[in-house]
Amino acid sequence: MTLMSLENVGFAYGPGRRVLEDISFTVPRGANVGLVGESGSGKSTLLRLMLGLDSPQQGRILFDSAPLEARNRHYMQGYRKRVQAVFQDPYSSLNPAHRIGRIVSEPLRSLKVPGDHRRMAEEAIASVGLSADTLDRFPHQFSGGQRQRIAIARAIVARPELVLADEAVSALDLSTRVRVVDLFQEISEKMTMVFVSHDMGVVAALCDQMVVLDRGRIVEAGATAEILRNPQHAYTQSLLASIPRMPEGPVAL
Amino acid sequence: MMGDLLTVRGLTLATPDKVLVEDLSFSIAPGERFGLIGESGSGKSLTSLAVTGLLEPSIRPAGSITLAGEEIIGAPEKRLVRMRGDAVATVFQEPLTALDPLMPLGRQIAGPVRRRLKRKGQDAGRAAVAREVQTLLEQVRLPEPERLIRSYPHEVSGGQRQRVAIAMALACQPRLLIADEPTTALDVTTQAEIVRLITALVEDLGIALLFISHDLAVVGQVAERVMVMRDGRSIETGPAQQVLTRPEDSYTRSLVAAARRFDQALEGQP
Repeated sequence: MTLMSLENVGFAYGPGRRVLEDISFTVPRGANVGLVGESGSGKSTLLRLMLGLDSPQQGRILFDSAPLEARNRHYMQGYRKRVQAVFQDPYSSLNPAHRIGRIVSEPLRSLKVPGDHRRMAEEAIASVGLSADTLDRFPHQFSGGQRQRIAIARAIVARPELVLADEAVSALDLSTRVRVVDLFQEISEKMTMVFVSHDMGVVAALCDQMVVLDRGRIVEAGATAEILRNPQHAYTQSLLASIPRMPEGPVAL
Repeated sequence: MMGDLLTVRGLTLATPDKVLVEDLSFSIAPGERFGLIGESGSGKSLTSLAVTGLLEPSIRPAGSITLAGEEIIGAPEKRLVRMRGDAVATVFQEPLTALDPLMPLGRQIAGPVRRRLKRKGQDAGRAAVAREVQTLLEQVRLPEPERLIRSYPHEVSGGQRQRVAIAMALACQPRLLIADEPTTALDVTTQAEIVRLITALVEDLGIALLFISHDLAVVGQVAERVMVMRDGRSIETGPAQQVLTRPEDSYTRSLVAAARRFDQALEGQP
């Protein structure tokens, strides 16, 4: 079943500044979809549209079979309950003046979710592998990887159906990145995820489906395994060929 | 070892309240490509700044750094300035901050060319400098050199800016090129081009390379020998092939396993 679909979506930041052209793809419920592209591919703009921060100028976005009404406040209130986001920089996405408990439970308050918010925050923070006393501390007391876990806890606390992640592991060191990718994998079993990244390796590890963007257009889309095995478009081929690989040889770890 | 271009012995870098790099030792032979691997906070960039004598005053160096036979630690600024031209040049991560935004790119490359020609007592006239700038632009394979020398940094792509920064470093004709995360800010297709360019240039010109990166696979493509740093200390040193396929230290093993996991995912084994 389709959770979100984009139909011939186009967007421009003014005359002559077209960033998205004729974008169509679907996000099946329960799937992990990766949006891959380099700088200037339009992937960040596409994410803004999917978050309802902007509206497409051409085409439309359907969420759960109904149009995403980005300009309808009442609709967006409900939409945010069902769709949450994790951003790249865990240093700027957490309010430094607030305790983690307040940060994690913020969606519950602003979305007027009924129930015991403290207990829900405790559950969310436990599911990202942090201890309950985390909630009483401040963002500066945590490392980048821990902050990203906190951001993920905030994204899942209201039990959304869809999580949109924007380069959510790109700013992390390699050893932290692997652990946060593991966490995303675990979480994605319970919800639908769209993972925007320039990093093909991360998308390959996380997403069963992939959409490859180049200069505002989709050049290739389909099952990740199939695209990796047999890329059709010249751009996808060059992207895959450019990724540095570890030296070959017998590996002993 | 005798004959090494760069020898670092027992290098410790500390502020009054914190040790940032501790008891670091390594050496680079003339023409060797050496990789420094480390995550954030490992001290890898501080180490490169120490080699060029560019540490901020609050950081006190101890130990010894000899570059082309001369001691860096404690050297007077005047001698360091000369060595930064003669012996070592650096390419940084973000070429936009390394370049002057208000000066055309051609003039930025001409600066170090002119200084070197003067230092060597050669003709530093306008025509001679222009000729050298032209040669450098060809060496770093920048297209449309005529247009490029009149362009400002913001008018060209990130990859082209990094090529300009490399041209400026080569203008000094250094014996050691330090590249500190030179491709981290670039797209992956551009990264591949810059990695190939740096490797080919140092090979052709016989320049030694200190390549600093958090990206194991990139270092593996560039370096013959690598050192892994963590929390200001050296964890493991050895031939790149050996360290990246059969690491001895447990931390290196975890890094290599992580890098190989994404590699395998790309091979369709998530």
